[in-house]
Amino acid sequence: MSRQGVGGYRHWISFQTIFVKEILRFTRIWVQTILPSVITTTLYFVIFGRLIGDRIGTMGGLDYLDFIVPGLVLMGVITNAYSNVVSSFYSSKFSRYIEELLVSPAPDWVILAGYVAGGVARGLVVGLAVMLVAMIFTEIRIHSVAVTLLVITMTAVLFALGGFINAIYANSFDDISIVPTFVLTPLTYLGGVFYSIELLPGFWQGVSLANPVLYMVNAFRYGLQGVSDIPVGIAFGIIAIFILVLGAFSLYLLRRGVGIKT
Amino acid sequence: MSALDVKQLTKTYKGGFQALKGIDLTVDEGDFFALLGPNGAGKSTFIGILASLVNKTGGTVKVFGEDQDRTPELVKSFIGLVPQEFNFNLFLPVVEVVLNQAGYYGIPRREAKVRAERYLKQLDLWDRRDTEMRKLSGGLKRRLMIARALVHEPRLLILDEPTAGVDIEIRRSMWTFLRELNARGTTIILTTHYLEEAESLCRNIAIINHGEIAERTSMLTLLDRLNTETFVLNLKGRLSELPELGGFVLQHLDDCTLEVEMSRRHTISGLFEALSRNGIEVISLRNKQNRLERLFLEMVDRRAGAGWSSADPATAPDDAREVIA
Repeated sequence: MSRQGVGGYRHWISFQTIFVKEILRFTRIWVQTILPSVITTTLYFVIFGRLIGDRIGTMGGLDYLDFIVPGLVLMGVITNAYSNVVSSFYSSKFSRYIEELLVSPAPDWVILAGYVAGGVARGLVVGLAVMLVAMIFTEIRIHSVAVTLLVITMTAVLFALGGFINAIYANSFDDISIVPTFVLTPLTYLGGVFYSIELLPGFWQGVSLANPVLYMVNAFRYGLQGVSDIPVGIAFGIIAIFILVLGAFSLYLLRRGVGIKT
Repeated sequence: MSALDVKQLTKTYKGGFQALKGIDLTVDEGDFFALLGPNGAGKSTFIGILASLVNKTGGTVKVFGEDQDRTPELVKSFIGLVPQEFNFNLFLPVVEVVLNQAGYYGIPRREAKVRAERYLKQLDLWDRRDTEMRKLSGGLKRRLMIARALVHEPRLLILDEPTAGVDIEIRRSMWTFLRELNARGTTIILTTHYLEEAESLCRNIAIINHGEIAERTSMLTLLDRLNTETFVLNLKGRLSELPELGGFVLQHLDDCTLEVEMSRRHTISGLFEALSRNGIEVISLRNKQNRLERLFLEMVDRRAGAGWSSADPATAPDDAREVIA
């Protein structure tokens, strides 16, 4: 114990170790983790943006290609922040090396922060890669750097937390693909990535407002292009509330040892 | 000071199975302590609770005077665990496993590297430091689990079946290493199914059965309770019929070899006198235990010298890949 760090410094080392481990994991297998999102969104830009988009004209006052850029970037962020945490944490449960962490003095919040930060890092790397691809097809001008960075980071945190909770409850590899397929993808596609909710009839506009992804996409669109279907302040408030609720729930699950202790 | 002080420890699993029924146990600082018991007796649950891998139902656990419920981080920093099952990320190199574990304990990277080198060298794994875990043999993985558990230099080392499935040579080398570690002041709690291992290493012992401590005593006291001992005798001539020797149970192993079970009330000279009266001459005598192991170790030592063996290098296919994105 003599040369081990104490208190905050020790926790910082623990956090750093988990975070770096997570980054090394997804960069080591970048063909599986980074590349697919880049290829998929490139296809979206080519097909929806260039080929079909030219015929659509404008959406929400923007060229269609410009309109879908924020949604596609955010889609990459959401999917990758979620996938990174759910895969990594569930693998550590499955192969039992989560025990390396559980026997250590790293507190629950440090473990959670380390995994979430890893998910955020992957989400942001993919988001940046998609943004670079978008720059091939259109000119990107950032309306508000602060809003853009804040929304993208908060969204990544939120979905990384979602991935963590999924991993806690997962009992098989099937369980970690159910939520992304049946919940995440529909929420994202129906979250105003490809269309403005003004196009929808009144009832479906109301339904769309219950979709949290809509707020994130619109806030991010505001950050990039200064256009949004929804007031940005409300969007930030909703994302923050979701982060607090999911974060508190994740800590509760860790403290109780749900899914990881008997 | 007690290294471990457990009071009224209970564990009831979902479904109602009561694995621990109010265990009281104290282990002194510096002890080499054996925790024995049949499968399903509650040993792994007990160890899981000490290592914070299992939630206890009731009772208290104190490690070096610190209550696990009040100062969990401090208690965790006192304990090093070598679990029964392998629990590695198989895609990491050996040294990364140890460095990550040091990091989880809050040891800065520079210091962690020094310690990783020290313990990997002590356990003869330094040359394999860049090998992926999946390519290590079972014996090497067992040694790595010890290195990993020691990197934060715990005061209490808990080993759950550390030599399960490893060959005799590696087992003996582990024993030497653990003895030296204990001599340097680390308290060790060991569970094992090899009774000879516990007998050879441990000074005190507890036997757990059906979730309760059935016995807690010193090894010498326990061994004194053994009433019989068995010897194997090599005879000078052939022996076709077994004689009747009062107090000794004789069994033919072959024409020239006898196995004799005798009560501790009798002496070896008494045995020889009885054999002599029946015209039986003995060339040599040995205790029944461990003969094969000793013979094997002598052969191995002659061939490779003492120390760790270099077991088979690869147990996983080279084309295996991490596929979880």
